[in-house]
Amino acid sequence: MNLITYLKSKKLITSITLSILGLALVIMFYIINPQITQAVLGSTIRQSTPIILGALCGIMCERAGVVNIGIEGQMLMSAFIGFMVNAWTGNLLIAILAGMATGALLGLLLAFTAVTLKLDQIIGGTVINILATGLTGYFYQAGITTKGKLSPITLGGLAEIPLIGPVLFDNPPITYAAIILVFVLQFLLFKTTWGLRMRAVGEHPRAADTVGINVFTTRYINVVLGGAIAGLAGAFLTLEAVGSFERVMTNGRGFVALAVMIFGKWTPIGAWGASLLFGFANAMQTQFQFMGTFAIPHQFIGMLPYLLTIIVLAGFGGRARPPAAEGEPYEKE
Amino acid sequence: MKEENSEKSFLYWLNQIWLSVRVPLAAVILALLIGAVILLVSDVNPLDAYSALLKGAFGQTTQLRRTLEKATPLIFSGLAVAFAFKAGLFNIGAQGQLIIGAMASAIIGFMVTGLPPLVHIPLALLGGAVVGALYGAIPGVLKSFTGAHEVITTIMLNYIAINLTDYLADGPLKDRSPLNVVARTPKIAESAVIPTYQLDLTLGLVVVFIIMILSSILFFLVFRKNTEKIKNKFLRFFAGFAFVIISGVGLGLLLKFLFPNLYARPITFLQYDVIPIPVGFFIAIATCVVIWFILMRTSLGYEIRTVGINPYAAKYAGMKVRLMVILAMVVSGMLAGLGGSVETLAIVGRYQPGFNIGLGFDGITIALLGRNHPLGVIPTALLVGAMQAGGNMMQFEAGVPSEIIDVIQALMLFFVAADMIVRWIIRAKARPGEEKTKLTTGWGNQ
Repeated sequence: MNLITYLKSKKLITSITLSILGLALVIMFYIINPQITQAVLGSTIRQSTPIILGALCGIMCERAGVVNIGIEGQMLMSAFIGFMVNAWTGNLLIAILAGMATGALLGLLLAFTAVTLKLDQIIGGTVINILATGLTGYFYQAGITTKGKLSPITLGGLAEIPLIGPVLFDNPPITYAAIILVFVLQFLLFKTTWGLRMRAVGEHPRAADTVGINVFTTRYINVVLGGAIAGLAGAFLTLEAVGSFERVMTNGRGFVALAVMIFGKWTPIGAWGASLLFGFANAMQTQFQFMGTFAIPHQFIGMLPYLLTIIVLAGFGGRARPPAAEGEPYEKE
Repeated sequence: MKEENSEKSFLYWLNQIWLSVRVPLAAVILALLIGAVILLVSDVNPLDAYSALLKGAFGQTTQLRRTLEKATPLIFSGLAVAFAFKAGLFNIGAQGQLIIGAMASAIIGFMVTGLPPLVHIPLALLGGAVVGALYGAIPGVLKSFTGAHEVITTIMLNYIAINLTDYLADGPLKDRSPLNVVARTPKIAESAVIPTYQLDLTLGLVVVFIIMILSSILFFLVFRKNTEKIKNKFLRFFAGFAFVIISGVGLGLLLKFLFPNLYARPITFLQYDVIPIPVGFFIAIATCVVIWFILMRTSLGYEIRTVGINPYAAKYAGMKVRLMVILAMVVSGMLAGLGGSVETLAIVGRYQPGFNIGLGFDGITIALLGRNHPLGVIPTALLVGAMQAGGNMMQFEAGVPSEIIDVIQALMLFFVAADMIVRWIIRAKARPGEEKTKLTTGWGNQ
């Protein structure tokens, strides 16, 4: 018992030290070159948004005991549908909702295969991934353009604060939504009965069933809600970030989200930290490519986030412990 | 019951094969039918599309070669993923291992010169295999000693491999010839190119004849109930043989009737002069057999499978779980690396970023479609390879976006997994002892 508390305190100290170090670095860079620092941090937030949303989807599913490796496909499909709906109706809100509905629908498909049909959940996810690649590629026609994309909303006086203001309080709506969702989910998961029930289903479905929690319904609801969040990530890509659709535009973000979820140990805030790390490294890569004069080839900068993840995970991320009943279909007796 | 015992020989095994093949077969047909509905919805005649697909996959010598060429690296990557699954590991990193292996082979291919092909090709293949194995060892070692999850580490290693090879192909190893503007390595030496074996038609006829005999035995088993009145075994066999020939010719005529443009020449017995088989394909098949033997017939394979099914039980039984995890990843990486090598040495002829994207991920589909069986990977890779090869022709001739192939593949995967749906449709009862595919055991275990 003592050992565990010791390790916990050590981990806390490590993370506090790292945060302070990071903060000091940011301030230093801000003093040297405020414009670039601001650009990099702003880009960090934007790059991390689809990844954290995908990771939240993963957390929703896996906390209830369903492995979802179809996040990539859910994102891609909703990006496509969101884009098409926007192109038809010209309404951004309807487009976002359509994207979320698409994600939720694919979530329903995953829940059907995993909970009702009791199929292997990795197969279910892979089916969604390939299906999304195929269907979006098949029905995509070049030349369709969107009718506008989501523009940043400035949060009044908050945006006036130097550095933090433009980075945090001058973003488009889905980015805000992602940050809010992180905290909402963290609260719901660990502080409410609903979250407790959901975790019980993921850890020990039989016990949860015994005390009257409906395992099937819980899993269905979670996977569908998770799908809607992944749908939001897809909508972010076409309606907020790029403004148009390209084939296979998710580019592995769904898988990175999965990594981020495990990296963050299945907690929203942990995953958020990990996704910021990814966003930061991506932003740095873009920045270096943009400047072009740097001695290090940009590919090596591009490797950094991935290398860093491996090192952190191997070094002190330690053994990640997933929800115990994950991947196993529940058989009611 | 009595008869089953007396026939527990060659025929018994054939029957077993048929029983395990019929559901995937029905799944494939079902997927094609739903694909046809999608085509109809988007205003395309599915017969046109599928005939172009068939033509693009098997129509003529070049197409057949393309199919086999496409299938070869897919066999390797599918085998790599399947092998890791058997040990309870989900190797999403086959893509990265494949890329690194391809690069290694390309380097050996263009840097080393003056060797005879019999030395150069194996050397380049070995290079790809070793580098792939080392790259696969990283997630294995990390998992064993630090508990870092292989799904994350392999995904990360994929991106690292892509970046690393991009850098090499655009930097120190770039093709410096004045005409080249893209990122790619120089062409590999002539002596490192894996040749294509031209199977002569006369020999091809023998092969076809053997296939026909085998399939007649299969058909005769299928209709065993119907042919039971014929007491003599040989007579029954010849009845089956006749049935195969008649149905084969009938099928050919039907295809010709449905798709008038299927064959460029009128139907002859075979529309090929030679059957071109890339030598890499033979290597792939041989590798599958070796892996099957190791997994299913040796104590090492038994240990690996036990670790995959229940690592705790394996540990309790005194097996070296950590070592097995590393070993499985090494072998898996080696296989993926070999896939990259074959692709480089036989088809692309150099390393060019982007040319092998997707091969590793297709490996996941193929492993799952082949039910994780080292030999089941061969027909599924052939199927996927044929569809990919034919997809181009379909896009070109029928104007159908080749992405419909992905849709059909996804449906196949779904129906293979959801075999109860298929069983219900074809009214086939599940055999006792036939387990559901279960792969996610390895997700959280160490």
